[in-house]
Amino acid sequence: MNVHVLDDGAIERTLEALRAEAPAGLLARTMATAGLADAYAPVQSPIGPVLVAYSAHCVSAVGLAENAASFEMRVAAELGRPVRRVEALPPDLERAVERRLAGDRRVRVPFDLRRRSPFERAVLEKALEIPTGEVRPYAWIAAEIGRPRAVRAVGTALARNPIPLLIPCHRVVRSDGMIGNYSMGGPTVKRAVLEAEGMDVEAYVSEAEAGIRLIGSDTTKVTCLPTCRHARRVMPRHRVRFGSLAQALAAGYRPCRVCRPISLAA
Amino acid sequence: MNDRLAVSLAGDLDGSFEQLVRDHQDRLYSLALRYLGDASDAEELTQDAFVRAYRALAGYEPQRRRELQVRPWLSTIVLNLCRNRARRVRPAQVDLDGLDAVATHAVQGRNGAAGQPETHALLREDAEVWARRVRALPARYREPLLLRYVDDLAYAEISTALGIPEGTLRAQVHRGLALLRSALEQETAAAGPDGAAGRSALQLAEVAL
Repeated sequence: MNVHVLDDGAIERTLEALRAEAPAGLLARTMATAGLADAYAPVQSPIGPVLVAYSAHCVSAVGLAENAASFEMRVAAELGRPVRRVEALPPDLERAVERRLAGDRRVRVPFDLRRRSPFERAVLEKALEIPTGEVRPYAWIAAEIGRPRAVRAVGTALARNPIPLLIPCHRVVRSDGMIGNYSMGGPTVKRAVLEAEGMDVEAYVSEAEAGIRLIGSDTTKVTCLPTCRHARRVMPRHRVRFGSLAQALAAGYRPCRVCRPISLAA
Repeated sequence: MNDRLAVSLAGDLDGSFEQLVRDHQDRLYSLALRYLGDASDAEELTQDAFVRAYRALAGYEPQRRRELQVRPWLSTIVLNLCRNRARRVRPAQVDLDGLDAVATHAVQGRNGAAGQPETHALLREDAEVWARRVRALPARYREPLLLRYVDDLAYAEISTALGIPEGTLRAQVHRGLALLRSALEQETAAAGPDGAAGRSALQLAEVAL
């Protein structure tokens, strides 16, 4: 090899050849991290892959993976920012989202709800308090946020939930046992999500249809909403069923302090 | 074009930031890639640099944004992040470099140098082998060389980015090129016709510096 012919010019050209093109997703990820745009990527969930959009490290939207085009349009329209697909979420955010979707409520996932009204934010934040595997009636949410008469508006706010699954609007159901509709694919999917979370939907629906609204324990004399973890602990032979809170209170039962059925009295 | 961008940055930062990223992402990514030697580290770092730049710009008065020399300023941000990261990962990286140098040698012809008429056998090596030679240089030669040829800054801009007078920079670039050539000569001499032992020669050159 004739190394001696390698002059400074050749070395300079070689160094210039070290220039490279930035990877395709760099722009989209940079704009999303700076909070100037949203980027989205598919993430695994109990109901299959879903699309998760983020901006400035906050999750801004979740949608069904099979409708990427309509998801993009919806996000762009709702957030008023450009949205682009990237290969993956930032690693720490992806880990948090996946663990949260797998039912781990200790993981904190920050949400971007800036474009929601204060009422809608209150509804969505209240829904976040419902534990995995449990459900609450719409009227319970309305009462808990101090708007007991706004039950229909609660339903609307939950139907407009931009971040389904992660904000568990699916855990809000009608107290008569109707599971209700679901933006992520209809009532069947809502049922499937609840079952994937470990809830016995069949048992809940049949009791609710029979008019049962509360469960009590005749040893503790505490009454709970049917899916409350304290209600599920009650042994069958001590299990008491009530059609209303008034009925339970009249029987000398105290409302559970965890699931707060007292809210339904409002 | 840079001036127009500076003016729009001064006015509508959020609206013009995407153009700033488009204009500078290739050169800043190249700088990070050749400084660190790892594509995913470089991508993450470049993104981090842009986000830091955005936050800094958002805090600046419009006047200061207008007067900012965007090109060297962005290079300085990348360079500082590179230095911090290189300091953190240096021990592990040296080991890996030694182990996979020969393997990298085998991957050839990915950069454009191959097709050029003045092509020399050594120029056809994988770009990363060359980048490794540059990384083996002391910082005072390595950084001016990267900024001059990979980041494509003018001497005046490098002077702003590094805070070093232009005359000194020209001397450092000249000396850096000479060091690269002598490292290469020693490598080739040690390697013999089939280039097998090139790596140890480079390490010798490194020690000599």
